[in-house]
Amino acid sequence: MLLALAAVAAPLLTAADPYAPALGERLRPPGPGHPLGQDALGRDVLARVLHGARISLLVGGITVVLSLAAGLTLGAAAGFAGGWLDEVLMRSIDVLLAFPGLLLAIALAAVLGPSVRNVVLALSLLGWTGYARLVRAEVAALRRREFVHAAEALGARPGRIITCHLLPLVAPALLVQATFGMAGAIVAESSLSFLGLGAPPPLASWGAMVDEGRGFLLVAPHLTVFPGMALAATVLALQLLGDGLRDLLDVRERP
Amino acid sequence: MPRRALRRLVLIIPTLLGVASLVFAFLHLVPGDPVEIMLGESAAPADVAALRHDLGLDRPLPAQYARFLARAARGDLGQSIAFRAPVAEVIADRYPATLELAGTAFLLALALAVPLGVVAAARAGSMLDRLTRLGSLAGVCLPSFWLGPLLILAFSIGLGWLPVSGRGGLAHLVLPAVTLALGMVGVLVRLVRASMLVALGEDYVRTARAKGAPGWRVVGGHALRNALMPVTTVAGLQAGALLAGAIITETIFAWPGLGRLIVEAISARDYPLVQGCVLAIGVSYVGVNLVTDLVYHAIDPRLRDAE
Repeated sequence: MLLALAAVAAPLLTAADPYAPALGERLRPPGPGHPLGQDALGRDVLARVLHGARISLLVGGITVVLSLAAGLTLGAAAGFAGGWLDEVLMRSIDVLLAFPGLLLAIALAAVLGPSVRNVVLALSLLGWTGYARLVRAEVAALRRREFVHAAEALGARPGRIITCHLLPLVAPALLVQATFGMAGAIVAESSLSFLGLGAPPPLASWGAMVDEGRGFLLVAPHLTVFPGMALAATVLALQLLGDGLRDLLDVRERP
Repeated sequence: MPRRALRRLVLIIPTLLGVASLVFAFLHLVPGDPVEIMLGESAAPADVAALRHDLGLDRPLPAQYARFLARAARGDLGQSIAFRAPVAEVIADRYPATLELAGTAFLLALALAVPLGVVAAARAGSMLDRLTRLGSLAGVCLPSFWLGPLLILAFSIGLGWLPVSGRGGLAHLVLPAVTLALGMVGVLVRLVRASMLVALGEDYVRTARAKGAPGWRVVGGHALRNALMPVTTVAGLQAGALLAGAIITETIFAWPGLGRLIVEAISARDYPLVQGCVLAIGVSYVGVNLVTDLVYHAIDPRLRDAE
């Protein structure tokens, strides 16, 4: 919550412009007026870290929504229908999971070109598999339960059975997975930006800020330390939220 | 060979075919003309036509696909534009460095995670357990591209103990291997601890204790053997993921491996080399997963008995 508030209220928390250079004040350490110092172009690091939260949360949020929507639709259809649809979906997922996720994201971002939109696209094209597998497994298991047969006997259509009877039962596990998925998407976006394949300059992305700061580790370590701390704190918060939700909602962990 | 293992071996063929198909598709996802992007707008039309022909892009799509698969099966991944050498040769030159780094990181992660997870579970609730859980959470949350520069700042620039970058002796390997291993340590410690807690609550452990078996033997001899079953699968998946994680670690430490090569290839818009690197890492990942499955099958008596 605090993180989201900081991202939304970034212009209120600091008056500094994250994109305004001040070449006479390059690489200044933290001090009055600039609590986290200034970067290689004299831009305010605090303002850039706060605006970086916007990009991270935006990419993480949209990626999770798109992946969830695709995974939910495909997984539920495959789990409910079974047969060839199920087989095609599972084999497609097997192929996508035959690559380490980060590698595919890097390859896709490389061919599509560096932009926030392409990062979201690359991460969503890979992210749906986890949700689809989860929903497919749950729906396929629930499909054989008596209440589903009863609904079918009463004339309910598959779409209605899935949305009204099955999805509410799958929702807690999906919510937990989405929380971890958001942490993963934020780290992936930062990793891509670190490699120069994510948000293009001058956009303030935490990964790109760490990369820019690497060249000045000796003289201005604050350029690397603060954006990384913001990222680590965000991932930690989402991990703890996911752990807490899992315990609260009593979601079983699947191997 | 047991039927299940044989089936797993046969299943690798469609998986590899899928991997190769996806890699083939990459070049066709490039917005615009990939040849013009590779050579630049000022390239001579003759050079553009020659490269288009060399890549097979002047043929119909099914013919391109068949040619790609046939050549990939022979280990021919085309010519690198940036290195002016066969892609397979460039990759073979860099592959050992990545194996060295990923292999060391894997062994380091296991050497740290298993004892830490076991001790944390055996002393659940203690200060040591809490510290281990905190450390493992940090391992999961600290991104390698941030951890790497921090380690350089502390141990190379600050203390001057270790070299900043490059590949050489053992000293060069320490920081990249630690950076790459720490995320895996975080995941495995949590898993070993959770598996051990389950195993330590089982009846056979209670029986062993009742028969007077010493504590170290109950933990190490009885509980650990069973607790390591699920850990094997996850360790295998993580080992494969180390190959992808090496892309970032090698970039930070200028480690001359496959990961750094893929970044260089992307910068140079050398798409045949990008395809080759992705295929090499993808095939390695599939291979590691296969070995993991076979090892799991070999060590789990329930699977053996089921046949």
